[in-house]
Amino acid sequence: MASKGFVLSRLPGFNAIAIGVFVALYLPIGMLVVYSFNAGKSVASWEGFSLQWYAVAWANDAVKDATIRSLYLALSAAVISTLLATLAALGTTRRAAFKGQTFIYVMINQPLMVPEIVSAVALLIFFAMIKQATGYAGMGYLIAAHAAFCIPFAYLPIRARLEGMDLTLETAASDLYASSWQTFRFVTLPLLLPGIFAGMMLAFVTSLDDVVITVFVKSAGQDTLPTYMLGQIRRQVTAEINAISTVLLALTVALLTLFFLLTRKKD
Amino acid sequence: MSPAEQAQITQSTRNGWLLSAPALVLLTIAAVGPLAIVVAYSFMPQGDFNGVAWGFSLEAWQGILFTKDVFDGTLAWADANLTIFWRSVKLSMLTTVFTFVVGFPTSWFIATRAPKARALWLFLITIPFWTNLLIRTFAINEIIRKEGLLNTILLKLHIISKPLEMIYTDTAVFIGMTYVYLPLMVLPLFASLDRFDMRLLEAAYDLYASPFQVLRKVIVPIVKPGIIAGSILVFVPSLGAYVTPRLLGGGKNMMIGNFIELQFGQGRNWPLGASLSVTLLFIVTGALLVYVRHANRETTHGQ
Repeated sequence: MASKGFVLSRLPGFNAIAIGVFVALYLPIGMLVVYSFNAGKSVASWEGFSLQWYAVAWANDAVKDATIRSLYLALSAAVISTLLATLAALGTTRRAAFKGQTFIYVMINQPLMVPEIVSAVALLIFFAMIKQATGYAGMGYLIAAHAAFCIPFAYLPIRARLEGMDLTLETAASDLYASSWQTFRFVTLPLLLPGIFAGMMLAFVTSLDDVVITVFVKSAGQDTLPTYMLGQIRRQVTAEINAISTVLLALTVALLTLFFLLTRKKD
Repeated sequence: MSPAEQAQITQSTRNGWLLSAPALVLLTIAAVGPLAIVVAYSFMPQGDFNGVAWGFSLEAWQGILFTKDVFDGTLAWADANLTIFWRSVKLSMLTTVFTFVVGFPTSWFIATRAPKARALWLFLITIPFWTNLLIRTFAINEIIRKEGLLNTILLKLHIISKPLEMIYTDTAVFIGMTYVYLPLMVLPLFASLDRFDMRLLEAAYDLYASPFQVLRKVIVPIVKPGIIAGSILVFVPSLGAYVTPRLLGGGKNMMIGNFIELQFGQGRNWPLGASLSVTLLFIVTGALLVYVRHANRETTHGQ
């Protein structure tokens, strides 16, 4: 391992830049978290520890409303997209490669490739047509849009899990006269569950974070937490936003930690 | 192949399609299908109040580059549009280059840690990546705005006498995009460095290569796929960025994403918004195709 130290010393400044990058990545987010506990209103001065901005945010009906809507939307989108992604992953792995498989991959990953603003505009036009034709202006549009762009995020970990799974257990089950449903229910599904949970978590976080598509698709009075924040930031009401951001941040970090624990290779 | 095996494969293919069908249906309705409507809209004339009128027109495509004089109908270059395109391309390229310049040493640093520490450093890069883009942009806003942290500190230290006007400039957008998209550069670079055999470096040094030669002739060729992947992952969302230029660039320093939105808002020119969207989509698809082609060549070359 001495050779590594030797090599590193030959690339001067790399470590310093790397540490600088980590500091630069965490400093702004860190400041935001710290100042969410500031008694004062501005980031210009620290006026002591206080939870008042959390109280302000919590007492704000618009925030409460947006939070509930965000969670409802993210949960619906995560459940739907994970269900569809699980089926698609079962359909596209561990069978003889078939014609059209690439087409299915492209379709599933399409939300990752198209710029979000373009998808948002497309959905705006399309849903405006449907709204006009049917008069329906509920949450269905947001749920459909979110579930669609969450599919690749749910699909990737589930597929990875499936590809890492051995076929021998399933073969053994069918050799012991289990029906294909029994094999799936009692062998495949239990083995696949960590992947499904991981996919669902990524889908949930993705939906919870979305701004652009939501801004374009939502009807009046359908603000989610991010779109509410976007509206507020322009009006420079900042201290309350710090508190909301911190809560969202904590939720994301918690879910990600769980995700890493679920997908961690056991060795 | 026996007929039984053949039948089994056909059955398996059919199941593959059946299982994928629900996802494909939703994606068609709420992702791919609407894109086709955007393409159609870009070839229609502008409607009276909103939306489009029925018919065929190339005006929206012409409108990307030219403006028509209201009185005599002569065409002139649309300078405002060209400025926005140029700013988008320039800022996206600067962001790509700069994220590489600082992202490469970072991924190098992570790849040369001991395996356990490596997982932790990687996790530290992943957290900002998954953190809400709006929150991260807002965090940068808090730092660089007029009454922000940076100005406050510099003023208190008497380094500057009046606050720096950083927010609502191209520089602010550049700083914001670099901050926001940096993990997208570091992750693929790390992926390619992770497989890199460090003994190659030792061999190069033993053969009297200078550090620069090692970088250029040994490291760069091996991490090239990572460089290309990282560049595309940063360039593509930068070019279509909406939130970051909106919050840090203000109303004047628009990028293509904001310009597209404008056409569906105050601009009330849906066909132009559609043709701009299709253009953006083409550029992005082009970049992705270059990547896919390159990635394929790379793998066949390696075999």
